[in-house]
Amino acid sequence: MADNPTLDIEAATPSKRKGVKRRMFLAGGAAIIGGGLFAMGYADRSARSGAMALTTGKGESSFLGWIKIASDDVITLYSPHIDFGQGSQTALAQMLADELDAEWTKIIVEQAPSHMGFANVALGRAFLSEMVGAGIIGALPTSMISLAARAMPLQVTGGSSAVRATGQYGFRVIGAATRAALLDEAASRLDVSVSELTANNSIVTHSKSGKSLRYGELAEGAAQRNLNSETKLKSREEYKFIGKPVARMDIPTKVNGTAQYGIDIMLPGMRTAAIMMAPVRGGKLQSVDAAPAMAINGVEKVVSLDDAVIVIAKGYWQANKGILALSPKFTDGGNAKISSASILADQMKLNNAGAKIAAPAGGKLLMSEFQTPFLHQAMMEPFAMAAHFKDGKLEAWGGTQDPLTARKMLAEAAGIGFDDVTLHVTLMGGGFGRRFPPYSQILGQVVAAAKAVPYPVKLIWSREEDVKHGAYRPQVAARLQGGLGKDGKIAKWASDYSQNDDAAAEGTVPYTIPEFEARHHPYISNQVNAYWRSVNASQHGFFNESFVDELAHLAGEDPYQFRRKHLPAGSRHLAVLDTAAKRAGWGSPLPAGTGRGIAIVESFGTIVAEVIEATIKEDGTPKILRAFAVVDCGTTVNPLNAAAQIEGGIIMGLSAAVGEAITLDSGTVQQSSFPDYPVMSLADAPPVIDVHFIESGAKMGGIGEPGLPPAAPALANALFAATGKRVRNLPILAQAMA
Amino acid sequence: MSNQTMAVQISPVQTTVNGKAVTIQAEPDTPLLWALREELGLTGTKFGCGVAACGACSVHVNGEIMRSCSVAVADVEGKSVTTIEGIGGVDGTLHAVQQAWIDAQVPQCGYCQSGQIMAAVALIKNTGRPTHAQIDEAMTNICRCGTYPRIRSAILAATGQAAAKGDA
Repeated sequence: MADNPTLDIEAATPSKRKGVKRRMFLAGGAAIIGGGLFAMGYADRSARSGAMALTTGKGESSFLGWIKIASDDVITLYSPHIDFGQGSQTALAQMLADELDAEWTKIIVEQAPSHMGFANVALGRAFLSEMVGAGIIGALPTSMISLAARAMPLQVTGGSSAVRATGQYGFRVIGAATRAALLDEAASRLDVSVSELTANNSIVTHSKSGKSLRYGELAEGAAQRNLNSETKLKSREEYKFIGKPVARMDIPTKVNGTAQYGIDIMLPGMRTAAIMMAPVRGGKLQSVDAAPAMAINGVEKVVSLDDAVIVIAKGYWQANKGILALSPKFTDGGNAKISSASILADQMKLNNAGAKIAAPAGGKLLMSEFQTPFLHQAMMEPFAMAAHFKDGKLEAWGGTQDPLTARKMLAEAAGIGFDDVTLHVTLMGGGFGRRFPPYSQILGQVVAAAKAVPYPVKLIWSREEDVKHGAYRPQVAARLQGGLGKDGKIAKWASDYSQNDDAAAEGTVPYTIPEFEARHHPYISNQVNAYWRSVNASQHGFFNESFVDELAHLAGEDPYQFRRKHLPAGSRHLAVLDTAAKRAGWGSPLPAGTGRGIAIVESFGTIVAEVIEATIKEDGTPKILRAFAVVDCGTTVNPLNAAAQIEGGIIMGLSAAVGEAITLDSGTVQQSSFPDYPVMSLADAPPVIDVHFIESGAKMGGIGEPGLPPAAPALANALFAATGKRVRNLPILAQAMA
Repeated sequence: MSNQTMAVQISPVQTTVNGKAVTIQAEPDTPLLWALREELGLTGTKFGCGVAACGACSVHVNGEIMRSCSVAVADVEGKSVTTIEGIGGVDGTLHAVQQAWIDAQVPQCGYCQSGQIMAAVALIKNTGRPTHAQIDEAMTNICRCGTYPRIRSAILAATGQAAAKGDA
């Protein structure tokens, strides 16, 4: 196993800096919790050699741990990002392949182990300025930035960050530096100048002599050489893989049943467990008589937790039967009076405390109130993890959006050290924000189950527990005020919104408005406020883009032309909006009762405009006929997959807008499964979605989330155009539209 | 273990799964889903809701599409069950629908796709060349990643109705 002697991509010792808001970027810039740095005892070098020892075998040479090249030319990329369908692992391979001049068919991607040596330095490099402030970061050299990032258990998949951060600052740089080292090694072996060498398809060629050396032959020597993080990256014109439609590497196993998710883990002697949690969040388990469960065939153990009861049995069916046989008594934690209506009333009161604005001279004034409900991620694979506690050590299996933090939490739950936990990361059947460790109750639960029995145990949440004990997008109310000047343009805008966190970044609009104000009124319910695909951009996109439509109507103007008037000439936003209108045939005649709506939202560094055509069916429910999206994320790495992400985002946004809501009554979630938490079906989704990318070359933005926020307002605006009725409360199905 | 209560009678169920005769040792009310996954190790069939609402557990029983979470194992006695693991050729060649799924780059997280493919195979068997309305009616499986436009184009492509190489 080779190791590069000097590394200026990474640093030698970890920072112990405290109080870093490491999750800031997940919310698209808004200040979220300060997760702090993980006080790790590792020196960076030992973490890295540990990482290499985990992954690098005989005949293989590692480059910073993140890639290895084998003597048979196979290049393995270790992705710090989990794959849950967003396709970033393939995109990272494309970015690496371009800088490395690698043979595409010999690149494989593997999940990076949940080891500190695989903390995502690149993510830190990209987002540390958001975390600690641009002023501080500006004063630090790159090596210091890496050093700080390295000290964090940063292995997050979220924030639409993989390509724009890990790809841009990680694998492209490592690829270029490794290529340079391979060329140096070849030059030395052939005794020629590097300038006489070319690299292509994992082969270095000296055309003058006709000699060539394979990467597999050069890797061991190259791995002893210095890697330079300042190696020049390729220009757009030189890309062979970036920007090309490439088939995703993970898809073949997902069509033949062999892809392994957490729920699929099978271990010798393993038992399966089911769980029931306190119905009111904050409630505790008072008592439970285990006997009725123990009487069920196959049930072996009933485990009482602080706020839940677990039944361990031979198989899931028996465990679940055991759960259903129990009548545990739970307290309500003092939260029994909380309801969606009481939250709304509290939030509206807070919003109404915001100052009223006056109408501009000779102009008009408008005020509207909007509401969005709690939303559930409804990932298709419910929480499922396996664990085995033996001789003071824990081995665990499952999917998570941040393996390093999950491993740390497993250790804390088990009362053992980080080093005594092994976490095997599996694929995830969706996540959408639900599988971030702080919201993943299953981490503590599976440890409790594993510590109660001598054999491995797999805990599976039922769909009912999944829906009722979610970590939801918060319920939010907003009051928007707008003033039109005499010229018919927006002169003033004031929004008051009530929710858990400050959504300053997502509360803005791309429009030029002389007086703009957004006021956050903090409100914390008894529910866990978590991330839901596109986070705050989803509800604020709905508020703002609906309200702009209302102002256009007040001004007596076409909604598209009205938006145009407020966007700077020559701006990326205007180009995106114009292209969307053009592709959708904006202004062309539609049948009676059908409307067209437009919306534009920037989130995660990407600008997306969408046009939806919709009508109301006889039963009063909306029918979405066509959908168009135009996206400027700077550069698309894999257009084929990027389009899929935009399509998925639109459908999830439409699904929530049409039918999804988690509501509370007497402190209890009223929904329990898909029949009462209706996720959009194929028949209700737009049959075709036209997705178009503008390759502006601007700073790269995310792709997993930005397709979602414009969907709800574009639909609501289309329904207004179709019916004259304005949707201000979601979901649409909760109100009469016919 | 303290559960020394009388064991429920477990009568072995004789059935055929993916062309092989098997004996399933499970209580008769055990859903086929859990028998497939836990007794036979066929984990390609997924648990999504347990109430036949999402379709992640879709399999074929005597050629008909069924949601295996809501079929008791006793009810497949003597019948033929096909799962996602059994629709391709024995030599590993893909079923035309699986290939269409790859060509159209359908799966994202992939969790629902076994069920989606089983539903599509049954639809195509029943209709030959399904219309949009037949696709709407038959493809009721939930996909949270929103792969529906690609599922539709893959079904059309698999039945010679569209050339949909990654195009939704």
